[in-house]
Amino acid sequence: MPKIKQPARSPHIDMTPMVDLFSLLLTFFMLTTSFRPQEAAPIETPSSVSEKQAPDNDIMTIFIAKDGKVFFNIDNGRDTSTHFREKLLQKMAEQYKLTFSKIELDKFGKMSSFGMPIKDIKAWIIAKEPEVRDKLQIGIPMDSTDNQLAWWVRMARLTNLNAEVAIKGDAETDYTTVKKIMDLLQENKVNKFNLVTNLQADEVTMKDMPK
Amino acid sequence: MGEIIVEEKGKKGGKRQAKKHSTRIDMTPMVDLMCLLITFFMLTTAFSKPKVMVITMPEKDPKDEPKDAPRISSERTLNILLTADHKVYYYQGMIDPKKPPMPELIKTDFSKDGIRKVLLLRNKDLFTKIADYRNLRVTGKLVVADTTADSEIKRFKKEDKKGPIILIKADDKAKYKDMVDIIDEMAICNVASYAVVDFTPAETELLKNAPK
Repeated sequence: MPKIKQPARSPHIDMTPMVDLFSLLLTFFMLTTSFRPQEAAPIETPSSVSEKQAPDNDIMTIFIAKDGKVFFNIDNGRDTSTHFREKLLQKMAEQYKLTFSKIELDKFGKMSSFGMPIKDIKAWIIAKEPEVRDKLQIGIPMDSTDNQLAWWVRMARLTNLNAEVAIKGDAETDYTTVKKIMDLLQENKVNKFNLVTNLQADEVTMKDMPK
Repeated sequence: MGEIIVEEKGKKGGKRQAKKHSTRIDMTPMVDLMCLLITFFMLTTAFSKPKVMVITMPEKDPKDEPKDAPRISSERTLNILLTADHKVYYYQGMIDPKKPPMPELIKTDFSKDGIRKVLLLRNKDLFTKIADYRNLRVTGKLVVADTTADSEIKRFKKEDKKGPIILIKADDKAKYKDMVDIIDEMAICNVASYAVVDFTPAETELLKNAPK
């Protein structure tokens, strides 16, 4: 009896279902993504039970790193044509008698959090290498003789009237630094703060009530 | 040349047939690219938006500085002192430097049986009220919108006249985490009135002699 000949199979696999799936996933991720903003320093926030979400727009964030360095960030607003960042830098430049070109302002508008004395900000904007840029991030000075952070907050409040203030501090930061910043904010008539935290569910029911 | 064409025509029966291509397209490069893109989006995406805890401070007016602090009943006042190494101390009432004895400082911590127990016990009435109200909603006996429930709970807190008034004080050795934790504890225990205030000199003195 002759052997039954197996028909020669093509080595190709049908990849159509796989491609279908990948397309779906890709579309999903592309639509849901909101890019994680670049941060000047790693900050581990403390946790709380609060479930309130941070607003997306109209928010200025003050970052406090573990070593007490302070960084600042403000968004461009809900409407991209408002260019709050450019306007803010322009105002700060007038305050500190500096000049920025149109290109520099434009570039600043697209960047994220920063923390350096105002005189170094030009170097930070035009720096090409990330190493150079990181080296410039030494924190915004906030001593009583030249409180630049206060000016940033003041000018940001004037630029974007609806801006809320968020404080994103590292869990291990000294409370004095945070207190200093809260006092500074209160001096600038900011009485409502959003403290950025991680969500950590912790519920207490009547069963936990001590007898 | 013409002859050859004629000959070919003859061979293929008059029709010139194109070489048969497979209808399949090689999708490997496309899949490669998609894999890369998916990986990229998966890694850069920030799914969980940060949560915030809102804290509102009383307005600071330099003109009002010499004014006396608002009078609050000393039986309801509970002072919480935060200091180094995540330690928590609390004492009842107010310190009057002229009138010893000084109140006793009690040491506790952030654990479940620590400060939470103290707060729950003092805030029992309000906590029970809110817990009952939430329970009614969970069991379906009461059907109201979330916003209505929130304002109702807010009303409970406002009407509360027996619960403690917590004064939170942190010294310069405390960490930011301690402050967030204690405010969080207020939210967990449904404490209606609390405030973040500064240390008084008498309290600094008291803390020096506190149990370690």
